[in-house]
Amino acid sequence: MDLNTRLQNVAVIGAAGKMGSGISLLLAQELGFASLENRSRTFILNLVDISDLALQGLIRYIKEQSVKTAEKQINRLRELYKDRVDLVENGEIINEFVHEVLVHIRTGKTLDLAKDSLLVFEAVFEKEELKFEVYNKLASLCPKETYFLTNTSSIPIKVITDACGIDGRVIGYHFYNPPAVQKLVELITPDTCDEELKVLSLEIAKKLGKKIVPANDIAGFIGNGHFMRDGLHAISEVKRLSKEHGYPQAIYMVDKVSRDYLLRPMGIFQLIDYVGIDVFQLILKVMNKYLTKQGLHSDLIDKYMEQGVKGGQTSSGAQKDGFLKYEKGKPVGVYNPETKEYVPVDDIFIKAVDEKLGLHPNPSLSWKNLLKDPEKDSKTQNYFTSLKEMDTLGAELARRYYNASKETSEKLVKSGVANKPEDVNSVLTLGFFHLYGPINDYLK
Amino acid sequence: MKNFNKPVYLAAGAYTISLGTGRNEFHPKKPRPGLDYYIQEAGKAVLSQINSPENIDEGVIANFMAARFNRQGNLASLMTTIHPSLVHKPMIRVEGACASGGLGIATGVKNILSGLADVVLVVGVEVQNTVKAIYGADILAGAGYYAGERKEGHTYFFPAKFSDRAGAYFEKYGKDITRQAMAHWYANAVENARLNPLAQEYHNTCKDLVSQGMTQPDAKTFTEHLNIFDCSKVSDGAAAILVCSEEGYKKLGLNSDAVCEIIGLGQVMANLISSPADLTELDASRKAANDARDMANVGIGDIGVFEVHDCFTISGLLSIEALGIVGQGKAPELVINGETKLTGKYPVNTGGGLVGYGHPTGASGVRMAVDLWKQMTGKAEKFQVDLKKEHGMLISMGGNDKSLVSVIVKK
Repeated sequence: MDLNTRLQNVAVIGAAGKMGSGISLLLAQELGFASLENRSRTFILNLVDISDLALQGLIRYIKEQSVKTAEKQINRLRELYKDRVDLVENGEIINEFVHEVLVHIRTGKTLDLAKDSLLVFEAVFEKEELKFEVYNKLASLCPKETYFLTNTSSIPIKVITDACGIDGRVIGYHFYNPPAVQKLVELITPDTCDEELKVLSLEIAKKLGKKIVPANDIAGFIGNGHFMRDGLHAISEVKRLSKEHGYPQAIYMVDKVSRDYLLRPMGIFQLIDYVGIDVFQLILKVMNKYLTKQGLHSDLIDKYMEQGVKGGQTSSGAQKDGFLKYEKGKPVGVYNPETKEYVPVDDIFIKAVDEKLGLHPNPSLSWKNLLKDPEKDSKTQNYFTSLKEMDTLGAELARRYYNASKETSEKLVKSGVANKPEDVNSVLTLGFFHLYGPINDYLK
Repeated sequence: MKNFNKPVYLAAGAYTISLGTGRNEFHPKKPRPGLDYYIQEAGKAVLSQINSPENIDEGVIANFMAARFNRQGNLASLMTTIHPSLVHKPMIRVEGACASGGLGIATGVKNILSGLADVVLVVGVEVQNTVKAIYGADILAGAGYYAGERKEGHTYFFPAKFSDRAGAYFEKYGKDITRQAMAHWYANAVENARLNPLAQEYHNTCKDLVSQGMTQPDAKTFTEHLNIFDCSKVSDGAAAILVCSEEGYKKLGLNSDAVCEIIGLGQVMANLISSPADLTELDASRKAANDARDMANVGIGDIGVFEVHDCFTISGLLSIEALGIVGQGKAPELVINGETKLTGKYPVNTGGGLVGYGHPTGASGVRMAVDLWKQMTGKAEKFQVDLKKEHGMLISMGGNDKSLVSVIVKK
């Protein structure tokens, strides 16, 4: 069965969640274009989620984003609509395309909606029992030819296929957040995967404009394999630094070093908050279950969850408080689990931490201003060369952090999670938007 | 056109900031003032230069597409909000795409010549940042033959029309030199704009403007031969000036130093439906300029300062050829040699022009008249030219060389 046939009935399960909504958007737009390019066919996108409110929000999101896509793709659309004499202006064409995207969508709260789907994208919460429940139902509802692309970021695919009797029909298709923007899909192909599904997965990536990086079927894969250990390193550093500097300052220090000193888009604790402390904990649990004796656990994370401090985002996309407190997206406080209160990050606090960290190796360099710099690579190399020689606490923490990240990455290759160092580097640059891959010689 | 039956003068010109990308105070998501604000600002700046608004007899308002950019018609009536004394006076709105401002001046002149008025307030206005550029392109496409051209036309309709002209010019007269001249045009426009605190490019800090102007065009996202630096801005702004008889300006309490005389007027309409005979020429512009010069009885050598309609850098080059400053194919060399700079032999667009000051479409022709008036009366401050000749000339163009007004003024 070719891809266009399968695209005639697609479903997204968990469609209104953080990842699901991005995947739904990509598919809705793709079906919009597909229907313009294949006018004799009918395309349907079934969006399943448990909340009506979230599904309504999803339609709004798809509508708003499709306007932006249509504005960007206006030349292509003018060409596709050239026979429509009633559509003359850019504005008319953009509106028509947005309608085209929306007319293919059906929403619903039960899996029955997906019963005729030939291609199912699953993005439900990262809990094994939930995934098993969903796949068991889908296995009995959907045709035998249906293929499933799971957005799991940690659960081995084989665990799902074994539990649900759909061997060969599931492939790991791990988008990065936000799926509509990040170019990466981590592809996890279990040994028993159907050949057709393998081929199809690549075709879909091409259609959606994604770059595939293969990972092997080991819990956490490459992305979380790195991210979880990166987070655990940060937490262990906080424990070490807390003794001398106190917990709030230690959190702020490590967050700042991981962002400003490693030239990353976000500090590590801001990233954990962005992903959600709850999700971070769930992923750790899954990984710890399959990768025993690797210390993939954090009491601190458990403590935050017990205290109801979870991070994540509101339905409108605003950042909720977690390790840090946010105002207009910027950290303004650090949570202290002992007092259960946020310590304000004011000028005095910042100055105290900055004095301890010492001078930044090059304050004019940041992730943001290097991102589009054509000399990004050489400037990054020079930056790390100067970092190597600095004798400040900030530089020392940065080197430790850099080394931990590099070691984690090399282990991912050695242990067979990644096929080669370049794959780890691609995941970090494409999926996490880093300027550079962790396996490099910058500090040699 | 017959000769004037009496002298006509320009007095008390003013314009607002051209607001849009480039200005530090512009933020696309923050609320901005609307049409009435700009009309009032420009109008009041004129009134502040005269003894009493009571002495204004009539009003003309020039605007292109407020009906779509702002969902507002009946602009002549809106013009009365400048001052209570304008209420119940005759006012009219004129439209000729981007030459609306030029038509506003021409209409003011005719009102004076009719003998029915001694002082006519001419205001030009456009507020375009109400929509994104991609939708603005639809609205501005109304300056072309909409029913016959828009559907087949490019996403960015007018940039593509002038990109085609640039392509034809490259082929005929050489791409390298023309492309460089376009970059120099951009650089000169911004350099002049940096001397004009009201200009949209006033805050521009780019160190190497010529290199920026040489940015490779991208046909995928924009047009084949034009980059964004070749384009005038999307602008909100207004300009206003008084057109007077001699009796009129004296009644306003002004003396002859504060006015300049309009001695030539050319007003030409070309067929909107037909395609240009030669993409490398603006023949309707040439006709309007010739008419104005014939009426004024002056040669190009008598003119010391110019305002041309550089909606795109290539239009700037084509305009100076149409005006007869140089022969066909010679504009690039002239521009590269710096002869159109403030210190050159033919200073062009001294306050920045459409590329540098900005292009609030319906206001541009009036803004040109204001800049000429400033130069003639020594009020151009930092962009004042040391005038070697006593005449100035403007050409206001609407559409793809379709609606034209040329004016020659005398010190």
